[in-house]
Amino acid sequence: MASADGGAYSYSLTVFSPSGKLVQIEHALAAVGQGTTSLGIKATNGIVIATEKKSPSILIDDSMIEKVAIICPNIGMVYSGMGPDFRVLVARARKAAQGYWKIYGEYPPTKVLTQELATIMQQATHSGGVRPYGVSLLIAGWDITRGPSLYQVDPSGSFWAWKASAIGKNMVNAKTFLEKRYNDDISLEDAIHTALLTLKEGFEGSMTEKTIEIGVVTVPSQADLESGKMEGTGRIKPTFRKLTEEEIRDYLAM
Amino acid sequence: MSIMQYNGGSTIAMVGKDCVAIACDLRLGNQALGISSNFEKIFAMTERTYIGLPGLATDVTTLHEQLRYRLNMYTIKEERTMEPETFIHLVSSTLYEKRWGPYFIEPVLAGLQRMPGGSFRPFIASTDLIGCINFAKDFVVAGTASEKLFGVAEGLWEPDLAPEDLFETISQTLLNAVDRDAYSGWGAVVYVITEDKVIKRTLKGRMD
Repeated sequence: MASADGGAYSYSLTVFSPSGKLVQIEHALAAVGQGTTSLGIKATNGIVIATEKKSPSILIDDSMIEKVAIICPNIGMVYSGMGPDFRVLVARARKAAQGYWKIYGEYPPTKVLTQELATIMQQATHSGGVRPYGVSLLIAGWDITRGPSLYQVDPSGSFWAWKASAIGKNMVNAKTFLEKRYNDDISLEDAIHTALLTLKEGFEGSMTEKTIEIGVVTVPSQADLESGKMEGTGRIKPTFRKLTEEEIRDYLAM
Repeated sequence: MSIMQYNGGSTIAMVGKDCVAIACDLRLGNQALGISSNFEKIFAMTERTYIGLPGLATDVTTLHEQLRYRLNMYTIKEERTMEPETFIHLVSSTLYEKRWGPYFIEPVLAGLQRMPGGSFRPFIASTDLIGCINFAKDFVVAGTASEKLFGVAEGLWEPDLAPEDLFETISQTLLNAVDRDAYSGWGAVVYVITEDKVIKRTLKGRMD
């Protein structure tokens, strides 16, 4: 394995170490492990994804920081790891979603968009002149075929579907906490509270509407599905949205 | 003469009550010369989605293969069957890709769309040769006899026809329209698509 300085196999990411590892990917995972905690919980009637948003200085205008991103009306995602890498992936994801819309006249199912992003991240593990993305993603979305689904993508490009997961600094503790708290018939409201409780474990500083971000997927009602496109704009009713600061404040007060 | 009329042929689709029908003639010609009376222009894309491809015969084959390829890739990748409304968008984007050198085909589509509740809704649509979609509530027509088909369909079609009545209506519409067109005819094929079965019938037509 790699010695303290990384050893001879730590530079070219396309070379396997004798133990069968790609050391650069392990380093990318380490970068994710240093990132702020993010988590996602799938409920019966929706999904919540949440993250800690911390700024290194009080002088930073934190209203500018955006860690939960809307990809298309039915999908959103959050990350742990390197912010700039996430921004690139968000741009790619949005482009992929619009490209899908241009062909099929509808937005991609969560699984298809996840596969698309996973492919992009996988390519960065064996292409020349690049490094792996230093992020893990939690992708939450709703689609007609699979309903609400929550995926995690790692720097290696592997992805899984979760009922609940956590990534970043406190992921081991957070996952243990979620394992204790999770059950199969949890409602979205309960899931949001569980998400806040989980974030609170190992939260540094005070948890306010300014220091966390929350995104939710809501399963549309039968009536919503039948009414189809919205009047006037002809757009579909979004199933993913970010909670406003006011809404987060209300949840924290409860 | 336009390349759209080179081989001749026509297609029509109609909506009924909980069913749809799609029909085409069987002629393949070289301008006024008849070559074959066995050239089907309707293809099953999924269990409940059928597409008619009237136009230049070489493009009928090529476009059908292209659509089948894209549909198969979708089915494998997304692990689901494509609904007719999604499929017509795929047809549209496939055609518009060749905006400046188009396939000389005006597709007609008929299918049953699976609704969120699990029921099926009749769906028909057509596009022009560069993929501009026409979503219709009653019937769609295309091909060398399209003008005649419009006229007869306008007179015969009525809402909420049961499968057998719809079959009669679409058959009479097609046969009588193609009899007034020298480039269409020589027999016909009719598909009636219902929730639990698809009925295919071959019709005889005037051979002049």
